[in-house]
Amino acid sequence: MISQIFILSSKGDHLIYKDFRGEESKDSISVFYEMVTALSGDQPPVVMVNYGFWGDLMSGLHFIHVRQGGLYWVASTKTNPSPFTIIEFLNRLAALTKDYCGSLSEKSVRMNFALIYELLDEMVDFGYIQTTSTDILKNFIQTEAVSSKPFSLFDLSNVGLFGAETQQSKVAPSVAASRPIMSSRGEQGGKNEIFVDVIERLSVVIGSKGVLMKADIQGEIRIKCFLPTCSEMRIGLNEELSIGKSQLKGYSSAVRVDECRFHQAVKLDEFDTFRILKVCPSQGEQTVMQYQLCDELPCAPPFQLFPSVEKDYVNRSVNLSMVLIFLKLRCDLPPKSTALNVSITVPVPKGSTSMSQELSSPDQTAELQPKNKALLWEIPRFPGGAQLSALFKVDVPGLSSASLLEVGPVSMSFELPKQTCTGLQIRFLRLSPTQTGLSQRWVRYVTHSDSYTIRI
Amino acid sequence: MPYLGSEEVVKELRRALSNPNVQADRLRYKNYITKVIRYMTQGLDVSALFMDMVKASATVDIVQKKLVYLYMCTYASDKPDLALLAINTLRKDCADPNPMVRGLALRNMCNFRMPGMTEYIEQPIVAGLRDKASYVRRVAVLGCAKMHSLQPNTEIDGTIVNELYALLRDPDPVVVVNCLRALEEILKDEGGVVINKPIAHHLLNRMKDLDSWAQSEVLTFLLRYRPRSDDELFDILSLLDAFLLSSHAHVAVATLRLFLHLASAHPTVQADALLRTSAPLLATCGAASRELRFAGLCHVQQVMRSQPGLFGTHYKRFFCGYSEPSYIKFRKMEILVELVNDENVALVLEELRSYCTDVSPELAQAAIAAIGRIARTYSEKCLDILTGLLGLKQDHITSAVIQTFRDLVWFCPQSTAAVCQTVGACVDSPQDSEGKQALLWLLGEHGDQISSAPYVMEGYIDGLKTELSSAVKMELLTAAVKMFLCRPAETQDMLGRLLHYCIEEESDVCVRDRALLYYRLLQRGVEETRKVVTGPKSDPSMSVLTGRQEEPISEWDSTFNTLGPLAGCDLCPQTAATSAADQPSYDAEEEISLSLGPPLSHETFEKMWLDLETLHRQTLGFPRPRAAPDTLQAALQLVKIQTLAFTPGDTVPWKAYIYTRSTETLILAELLQGDQQAPGSDESLVVSVKQQPVNHMLLNLFFFFFALYDISLLTSTCMLQ
Repeated sequence: MISQIFILSSKGDHLIYKDFRGEESKDSISVFYEMVTALSGDQPPVVMVNYGFWGDLMSGLHFIHVRQGGLYWVASTKTNPSPFTIIEFLNRLAALTKDYCGSLSEKSVRMNFALIYELLDEMVDFGYIQTTSTDILKNFIQTEAVSSKPFSLFDLSNVGLFGAETQQSKVAPSVAASRPIMSSRGEQGGKNEIFVDVIERLSVVIGSKGVLMKADIQGEIRIKCFLPTCSEMRIGLNEELSIGKSQLKGYSSAVRVDECRFHQAVKLDEFDTFRILKVCPSQGEQTVMQYQLCDELPCAPPFQLFPSVEKDYVNRSVNLSMVLIFLKLRCDLPPKSTALNVSITVPVPKGSTSMSQELSSPDQTAELQPKNKALLWEIPRFPGGAQLSALFKVDVPGLSSASLLEVGPVSMSFELPKQTCTGLQIRFLRLSPTQTGLSQRWVRYVTHSDSYTIRI
Repeated sequence: MPYLGSEEVVKELRRALSNPNVQADRLRYKNYITKVIRYMTQGLDVSALFMDMVKASATVDIVQKKLVYLYMCTYASDKPDLALLAINTLRKDCADPNPMVRGLALRNMCNFRMPGMTEYIEQPIVAGLRDKASYVRRVAVLGCAKMHSLQPNTEIDGTIVNELYALLRDPDPVVVVNCLRALEEILKDEGGVVINKPIAHHLLNRMKDLDSWAQSEVLTFLLRYRPRSDDELFDILSLLDAFLLSSHAHVAVATLRLFLHLASAHPTVQADALLRTSAPLLATCGAASRELRFAGLCHVQQVMRSQPGLFGTHYKRFFCGYSEPSYIKFRKMEILVELVNDENVALVLEELRSYCTDVSPELAQAAIAAIGRIARTYSEKCLDILTGLLGLKQDHITSAVIQTFRDLVWFCPQSTAAVCQTVGACVDSPQDSEGKQALLWLLGEHGDQISSAPYVMEGYIDGLKTELSSAVKMELLTAAVKMFLCRPAETQDMLGRLLHYCIEEESDVCVRDRALLYYRLLQRGVEETRKVVTGPKSDPSMSVLTGRQEEPISEWDSTFNTLGPLAGCDLCPQTAATSAADQPSYDAEEEISLSLGPPLSHETFEKMWLDLETLHRQTLGFPRPRAAPDTLQAALQLVKIQTLAFTPGDTVPWKAYIYTRSTETLILAELLQGDQQAPGSDESLVVSVKQQPVNHMLLNLFFFFFALYDISLLTSTCMLQ
């Protein structure tokens, strides 16, 4: 059972604090914050154990936290509960907060604290989770969300520590879907919209000779629903979708996943024959299907890199030497599609002092980050089928031949809008019975690089 | 309190709340109430507004009611007499026609944590248990538990317990689960809620109606049910089968735990359950949420203790992602080491090799250590990689490789010749004390096989004056004596100089004593020394040959799906014991874990310091660190020692009070320099230690720890960061 729940900003400000059982004092917040910030780097989700006064294990207080939206979402407990339950609950709390407030940031939590208290009050009683379903909660939640402006240059409060919020924040759909679900009541935002997103996370390791060593796709179909009343929705997937390794692949371009799991509300009676998911979406965001595919990509990996690394002495007498890194990067996507926000990180030898570069177009940037021993090359748009090259001259005083071993592996991050690597598509989206009034349905596809590593 | 002007703020709020104009304007009034709650969250004491807030509770606006209730619950225990005023309103609300209002009022009334509440809440709770709205029943059921926790020592009310047992048949699933929770708390002293056969089967049949949170909780309750027969057991298992593959990780894992527990007499069933849950567990390891990923990895490690081969084919899933936080990467590397087999060893090594040049030195060192672990089975391939890494000439890598070599030679004697050749050819030496110790150990132990050993060692002996770490000096002494035994001609002269310096000029007592010991030993003759100094050159337990044991599932299933696996050794002592056994014996200092624990107040510290007797006093042999107090404090925190107070700047005598904890013992210590009354304190630090309760072994370890992490060294690393 949960003793307290609190939300802290990355700087340690108390945004939300609720004590469910009165077992512990409010000081535990500062105890937690001291512990989590005492060491550099991210801390694992169970932050250490705060022993009782004489180190008695059973009377100790445990903190479990997740980081979302640059905030700490913390539950403290005196018992020894299932970590999965608590972590998933905190994630769910963050997701609900996002549903109700539109976006997840320090600012939106600050502005909507009354709403979040109301949510917590219904979700947890005496430390026991009561319900987290939007359908039930919406009957009880009365506070209107105050939505912050979608984006402003001055609103930097949602940038995490060192801007470090990596993949998770990127997975969020575009601005259209980031508004509070409850803002209906005849206001401007109250459009009857439903978004169905197919999001895939790609993690790939390519060996030194361009051989694909590991490829792994984690995908999910996520619904964000703004419809006030629930009606059954039918989502049609590719009919040729096959599941599992055992099924033989014919000559057709079958779409295959290794395994998939569904939200428990999904009805699967038409799935086996027609690949149709039936679901009554409740308001807010939910994942209806998760799937994964390992090792066998149906298409070539989106990027191929042809690197060459050489040592070059400028002036041997004063031991001024440099490393020449020539990178040729090819995008193997179909010609009509584009990769966005491509960034390439190349580790460079320790002691690199400066760098000059030759890039092929002015919108690309490159910089040397001595702190990370790496150079960063960024390409905002990369059309499919194109090939870009760049030459980097890195000055490294006192270079030895072994230092070249330090160059690599190259890691990339990017997003591929309108693309799924598995080829999973949504054939149709039907609401039945047909909604009265306008209801707009959106299907969006995106693939993110979870981890894309190329060895040199 | 973060706000200094709290009185002003409270005064202003009170003025606003009691202003009739504001009260007339509902929106403005609510705004002020919101403000009060906001200040309350920030830590401001707004309890003085209690009266005004009680007035605000009499409203039809539910949002405002909720805010006021939140306020009242927070401060009721501070203002019990005022809180009684609110009870009338609350009791009236408990009879409201709207079930939401009824539930809200009842829940909050039960949340008032103050003595004497029971008489007011008992009747509404009993009424609530029979309410026709399930929302109110849910609240009322937990209200019973709250009522019990207000008066934990009173006799258990039998009628309420019976009523709760009856409510287990309630049509509302949340009411059912809440009943279990409430009974568990009320009957805690009698061993909790009783799960007999009818209840167990009833719960099992209701599983499908429950939401995922309730499912995992019910699964945990079912752990205490023992089926009567195998037939019943298999009926239960087949009922639960679908939940093993639930899309909610917490349900799948809770089901697995129940499976393992129920089927403890049927190993094949257990193995089958593990096999089938491996898919959801693996999916969790790749979840979008990093925290969930970590929990998944920790549990995969647990499963692998009994079924090392289960995830063998999926080893690529444990390759580290580029952007993953290091706590995940460390776990993944540990798993990769366990998963290595003949087919994948080349790929795994190539992957680990690419982590060795990571920008984080800790990660790089962990990767090198991981390769070292694999080297115990696949020596040749790993030695090639490790030797290649030495060519990078980076301090932290060289040091880690040398340490890995030391461990490797100890566990895997057949690799000795190759290691010695590499060490002999290695030109640059590690710079940190850990690495130096490892190199010296290798030189001393296998000096006969490393031709350049005496010359390398001579370098260390010549640089002795600038060496700060006493652990390195001790290792140097041992290594030199061992080397003397196998190569006397080359070593005699330098050993003499080393012993002379350590006995005559060294200020550290431990080093001096060690030198004296060796000196006297050598006086007894070479054979005598050889008998004492040389020991086995490799791990005598032959753990390499037997390989890792497959532990029975019962070793770990009791901590499965608890915080234990995530917290590591902190929560489950048996894993600590096994991992300690894995370590070479000279790493013994790692076995004690000091922890910071909650801060002590100055008063408590002072009282205990005066009450306790000094257990031990020792001169440390180095002067006080000349660092800023902040840096020193941060440095001590790194080794889990809290600082209470310092003498500022260069005042003489200089004092510092510090404390730390280790599982059961609180250790208090005073650092002192330059006090006339304390002998030996003018040049170096004197530590006095007090303990509660007394634990002599811990005391020794604390000193060992303290001397090992020489404070001045620590502060310098801290300043670098």
